[in-house]
Amino acid sequence: MEKHYTDSQVKGVSTGTTILAAIFDGGVVIGSDSRASIGGEYVSSKTINKVIQVHDRIFCCIAGSLADAQAVTKAAKFHLSFHSVQMENPPLVIAAATVLKELCYKNKEELQAGFITAGWDKKKGPQVYVVSLGGMLISQPVTIGGSGSTYIYGYVDAKYKPNMTREECMQFATNALALAMGRDNVSGGVAHLVVITEAGVEHVVVPGNKLPRFHDE
Amino acid sequence: MAAATSMMPVFGHQISPKNDLVPDWTRQEVSTGTTIMAVEYDGGVVIGADSRTTTGAYIANRVTDKLTPIHDRIFCCRSGSAADTQAIADVVTYQLGFHSIELDEPPLVETAANLFKASCYRYREELMAGILVAGWDRRKAGQVYCVPIGGMLVRQPVAVGGSGSSYIYGFMDSNYKPGMSKEQCLELTSAALTLAMERDGSSGGVVRLASISEDGVERRVILGNQLTKFSTH
Repeated sequence: MEKHYTDSQVKGVSTGTTILAAIFDGGVVIGSDSRASIGGEYVSSKTINKVIQVHDRIFCCIAGSLADAQAVTKAAKFHLSFHSVQMENPPLVIAAATVLKELCYKNKEELQAGFITAGWDKKKGPQVYVVSLGGMLISQPVTIGGSGSTYIYGYVDAKYKPNMTREECMQFATNALALAMGRDNVSGGVAHLVVITEAGVEHVVVPGNKLPRFHDE
Repeated sequence: MAAATSMMPVFGHQISPKNDLVPDWTRQEVSTGTTIMAVEYDGGVVIGADSRTTTGAYIANRVTDKLTPIHDRIFCCRSGSAADTQAIADVVTYQLGFHSIELDEPPLVETAANLFKASCYRYREELMAGILVAGWDRRKAGQVYCVPIGGMLVRQPVAVGGSGSSYIYGFMDSNYKPGMSKEQCLELTSAALTLAMERDGSSGGVVRLASISEDGVERRVILGNQLTKFSTH
């Protein structure tokens, strides 16, 4: 069983983590676990929220160095609100993702953070974008990230279907997070889920004891 | 004398690491970066593996058989260094065969697993081998034992191994239920291996399956174009 050293070279506090986002019929679900750790040996926070709101209908999830991620999202929030005022319209999800991508790409030597951006806008409806470590930006219907994501690639490939209902998608996201938290020692705590639709935004927290349990637990 | 020395070929310079004439993969160790899986059911076990052996980025064998018989009703699934696992399997096959003749009855799966563990643990510094031992015996029916790198031994109802195994832990945790039938185990194994092969660059090729029970060993192969297609994005 080979080890995956995805986040262990991060200096300082790292969100060794599991994050995901998935499009369903009419909206998008974005979610994460809630553990922040130092090198996989000490849990520095059990209840950190990794789902950050960057605008009314646009959220992003962070993975990697917590300090870098917070600095980048703060800068992105500022850019995005300024942009929104200039355009006199809510920003597009791709605009938010591009702002993050520019920051990650221009500063790729210093930064160690990856993002999943998800949201809803009038032009293209629900969308999910992923900005990886070096600053690549791609759009996908479903995406997972963080150290815990390796364990759920198979599950997500098998279980995700386009055009699920809201309930199906919530169940899918909760299950995926629970499975990843069950196998990755640097992911855990509660599951934070945010459901974004045209109508609005709903934040759901699933505490540890209410997470789905699988046969061996 | 000058003529004689100049006739000696200068091998050292030709095979330096920077030399483009010698491809990278000739200097890499042969590895079964792989995905292997074994599941117990009532009456036997189902085992499965992909079929890719790599030396660096080159696929040395795309139809490898990683399911190696150790005895009539005992198999092992090999992952890690191809040379190490082949050598260990040969040693254990010999030891187990001898032991079985002495005992005058078929050997126990637990015995085979312990023999693997003994070799893997004693030579843990030199070896890179992750092995699943699975089979059927009269005492405990179907059993799966996991001997990962380092030489631990543990019995599990379902076990996965190899580089591709990380990607299917979630799928396995959610889809395995105790008390599945042989057909369900075969479905689960082939689906899990397919998913892992899609994501892991060191796993691929065909899916090899085998089911072991009191009645014997049934082997089958699922070719690449016959594998289930999961919704890709």
